[in-house]
Amino acid sequence: MMSFIRIYGLFLRHFYLITRSFPRVLDLIYWPSIQITLWGFISNFFATHSTYYNNAVGVILTCAILYDFLFRTSIGFNMLFLEEIWSRNFTNLFIAPIKIGEIIISLVITALIRALIGLIPAIILTSPLFGISLLDLGVHLFLLFLSLYIFGITLGIFVSAGLLRFGPSFENIAWSTMFLLAPFGCIYYPVEILPEFFQKIAYSLPLVYIFEEARNILINQTVNYENIMNAFYFNGIYLLLAISLFYYSFGQARKKGTLINIGE
Amino acid sequence: MNNLVEVKNLKKKYGSKDAVKGISFNIKENEILGLLGPNGSGKTTTIGMMLGLLKPSNGEILIDGKKIEENRIETLQKINFISPYIELPKKLTVKQNLIVYCRLYNVLDIKSRIEYLVEKLRLEDLLNRVTGELSSGQKNRASLAKALINNPTVLFLDEPTASLDPEIGDFVRSFLENYKKEKKISILLASHNMSEVTRLCKTVLMMKDGIIIDKGHPEELIKKHGRKNLEEVFLKLSRSNDELY
Repeated sequence: MMSFIRIYGLFLRHFYLITRSFPRVLDLIYWPSIQITLWGFISNFFATHSTYYNNAVGVILTCAILYDFLFRTSIGFNMLFLEEIWSRNFTNLFIAPIKIGEIIISLVITALIRALIGLIPAIILTSPLFGISLLDLGVHLFLLFLSLYIFGITLGIFVSAGLLRFGPSFENIAWSTMFLLAPFGCIYYPVEILPEFFQKIAYSLPLVYIFEEARNILINQTVNYENIMNAFYFNGIYLLLAISLFYYSFGQARKKGTLINIGE
Repeated sequence: MNNLVEVKNLKKKYGSKDAVKGISFNIKENEILGLLGPNGSGKTTTIGMMLGLLKPSNGEILIDGKKIEENRIETLQKINFISPYIELPKKLTVKQNLIVYCRLYNVLDIKSRIEYLVEKLRLEDLLNRVTGELSSGQKNRASLAKALINNPTVLFLDEPTASLDPEIGDFVRSFLENYKKEKKISILLASHNMSEVTRLCKTVLMMKDGIIIDKGHPEELIKKHGRKNLEEVFLKLSRSNDELY
């Protein structure tokens, strides 16, 4: 049985870390705000100079906010894991009677809170600065955010599995995963722009369905539930794969001795 | 006295290299067992397997009668570990760290457990200080408090007084002696400080190349090998090619 107390304990470790340090909170807010401000101006420019976007001010900015949420969730999950390695607390954590599932749940919750700390001020900024509200996506906004959140933590679990198996040498991969997937996610452009082979890759990821749907809602003012369902379908598959890989990596790390070396 | 820890024919292979080659030993209740050996002798690998961080290639480890591989969470609840090579999160205060580990070990009365350890380890003035800003000796005491947070029945100590000045080193040794007497816990002590091992341990295992090459009371070993102290015994056995045990 999962223990809520242990999940809370690990959450508390990261909560203390965030709340103890003003620079950390500032760092969480700073990058999303910069990102959103930059894309806000780009969005305004395209809205007045592009036939594709001319009747939907804020499409690019909305997609930028959605992508940033995905990015923050994924990086946030990795950061929590890396934090244990950097602070040389890794061994302490893995000799505590905490289950792998409890570690994952705790990091999933903490990653969401970290992402929201950064994103909420950025979203608030968009309204007075650019006259755009994410709420234009309506109730479907929640489904898109949920889908992105699941994919963000899925990527985080994939990368953490790599860190668990290969140790800190996998750190660079942790930072670059999102950049590798971004072109296939079709965040700022329709999927048809991609070459045919790349389109096949894009359609095997949930991202393309999420961002296609966000554009569809804002530009066509209609909702295609098939896109939303496809995103959840692929999310489910990748999440299961990621969790399985994490368990497998833990087993391999115990065989190869990474858990001992990683903490020292 | 009961065996709280039983290690049976324990082996660990990394690829084609045998790090631990089928060792067996027990730790009794209320006993401090010393684990000595030169670097690369298999001590860390042995402790890693006993902490559940490493999967043995063969053999089994029982903590309080339960196999660690089959009862990982249950056995981890009963053990703990301190090493100078691992640290508590540096940005958290000592108190925050202890609260976090109380939660992770499901300690029920957090307040009284922390108060008890604070008093025993003289942590009053350190409790609200950031762990990363403490001196080596202060960090060591905070780590020791974490290692005792779950009231462990078996404690693993890897170089517990390394990098400490003689006064603090002596405080830690005295504390461990008294705590063991009071709680009747079992301790596995891996150390390169031979006077510490002589003072604390009734039984010593000497490891080399993944096997136990000798075993006994420190005084017995000194007598058996015709040396003046345990350090000389260590040097003799480390340089010898023979298996003596």
